[in-house]
Amino acid sequence: MRAQFVLSETWIGLRRNLTMTVSVITTVAISLALFGAGLLVNQQVTEMRNYWDQRITLTVYMCNDISPAPACQENGPATEEDQDNMRSILDDQAEVADYEFLSEAEAWQDFQERLGSTNEALAGAAQEGDIPENFRVQLTDPDQYDTVRNAVEGASGVDSVSDDQSVLEQFFGLLDGLKWAALVLAGVQLAAAALLIGNTIRLSAYSRRRETGIMRLVGASNFYIQLPFLLEGAIAGLIGGIIASGFIVATRFTLLTQIEGWFQFDVALGTGSLLYVIGMSVILGVLLCTITSFLTLRRYLKI
Amino acid sequence: MIHFDNVTKVYTTQKRPALDGVSIDVDKGEFVFLVGPSGSGKSTFLRLVLKEEKPDKGRVHVAGKDLARLSNWKVPHLRRRIGCVFQDFRLLPNKNVFENVAFALEVIGKPRRFIRKVVPEVVELVGLEGKAGRMPHELSGGEQQRVAIARAFVNRPQILLADEPTGNIDPATSIGIMKVLDRINRTGTTVVMATHDAAIVDSMRKRVIELEEGLVVRDQTRGVYGQAY
Repeated sequence: MRAQFVLSETWIGLRRNLTMTVSVITTVAISLALFGAGLLVNQQVTEMRNYWDQRITLTVYMCNDISPAPACQENGPATEEDQDNMRSILDDQAEVADYEFLSEAEAWQDFQERLGSTNEALAGAAQEGDIPENFRVQLTDPDQYDTVRNAVEGASGVDSVSDDQSVLEQFFGLLDGLKWAALVLAGVQLAAAALLIGNTIRLSAYSRRRETGIMRLVGASNFYIQLPFLLEGAIAGLIGGIIASGFIVATRFTLLTQIEGWFQFDVALGTGSLLYVIGMSVILGVLLCTITSFLTLRRYLKI
Repeated sequence: MIHFDNVTKVYTTQKRPALDGVSIDVDKGEFVFLVGPSGSGKSTFLRLVLKEEKPDKGRVHVAGKDLARLSNWKVPHLRRRIGCVFQDFRLLPNKNVFENVAFALEVIGKPRRFIRKVVPEVVELVGLEGKAGRMPHELSGGEQQRVAIARAFVNRPQILLADEPTGNIDPATSIGIMKVLDRINRTGTTVVMATHDAAIVDSMRKRVIELEEGLVVRDQTRGVYGQAY
């Protein structure tokens, strides 16, 4: 086996089909970038889901003077009795891990702490008393949300029950849609890339048919005859993958950073996830190109 | 060395078999002319020896191997024992004489030191000393065929197959080519040459096998091209 010979044959092939090689690299790069972006969004959503699943809370708002709910209008603000009643309901629920009671003053303070620094307009428009006293309920299993909700809803003095999940699900839904759009587009692009690679390798095999014919005749092994073509595909795939990595890193630091900016929590993707996505994309690119080259050669390079 | 046992080959596009129950034995070190009109089965015979085709009936043994039992990935090793020369030379136009001959060794993974030693020897054997740096288009037809022979012989094959090697060359130059083939034959290499060149066959007085419509119609030691019976 002579590496130098194989490499120089590969180089000749790449150069002879320069325009085709460039188009292959471009298509592979775009499709892998889309694929990588899809994976990135997927990872981000998974990470965020995990984060929220651990912290998901149910908030039971109690009635106060300005509650619009009919029950509150009828019965007036929640009494100490209503609070105790709620405590006993929550104590009875097996799915409730923990809960805390926040008075109007505490709820106001918490609101300011959470939003005051980033959204002064909103913090300024609200005042103490706008947020009614409430119970923050931690669940053992976020999926048991409905059981707990049914138990507390309709109890005396309850204004409304809300949970973080229903708000987040809409957002996750949007990201999921984005992810699937990217992956479907990537799939179509990858199919186009595969066809292009096939065509390129076919051209390459045709333009080197003299050489391969002689190689066959003097008894070069099939592997030796095919290797330059396979490498040609693999190198185009690799270069495409490397360019795609650039796009993926750009996606990470523009799109995802922006999404993360909307949250006050640390949900950033680590370097590990980024490297995983890049690795997957490059491997997919190289494999796709090499396998397509191999299949093409079986048809157009008689052994 | 080459043993055909009742071999029949039918191409799917044709009704008449290209070879029809042919039995031929070629011993080690023999020089054999394969003669007959176009379409008589000469090329099919050569292709069967190289395992480029598979017989429909019968057995082909080459260099002690039953080709039917030879798995596909071992075919390259069979071909390393067989050198091939064609009417149209099949040289690589962008490589010089040395590189064309060396190519045959490079692609079977021979070390460079070995190539540098062996190629000049073979170039000299075919009578091209001093022309190793020439490009194919700078050579005459006869010289190009010598390069092709050098390439076929550089790996010291046991068998040399030549498919009308003098078909594109004038009679005077052909004599030189035949001398080279004879020289190679004297090293112990079996030579099978398909040809239409009556003058050459008559002058060499070697074994002649005549094919017609896929049948062996004559097998004669020290034969001539024409009807000698």
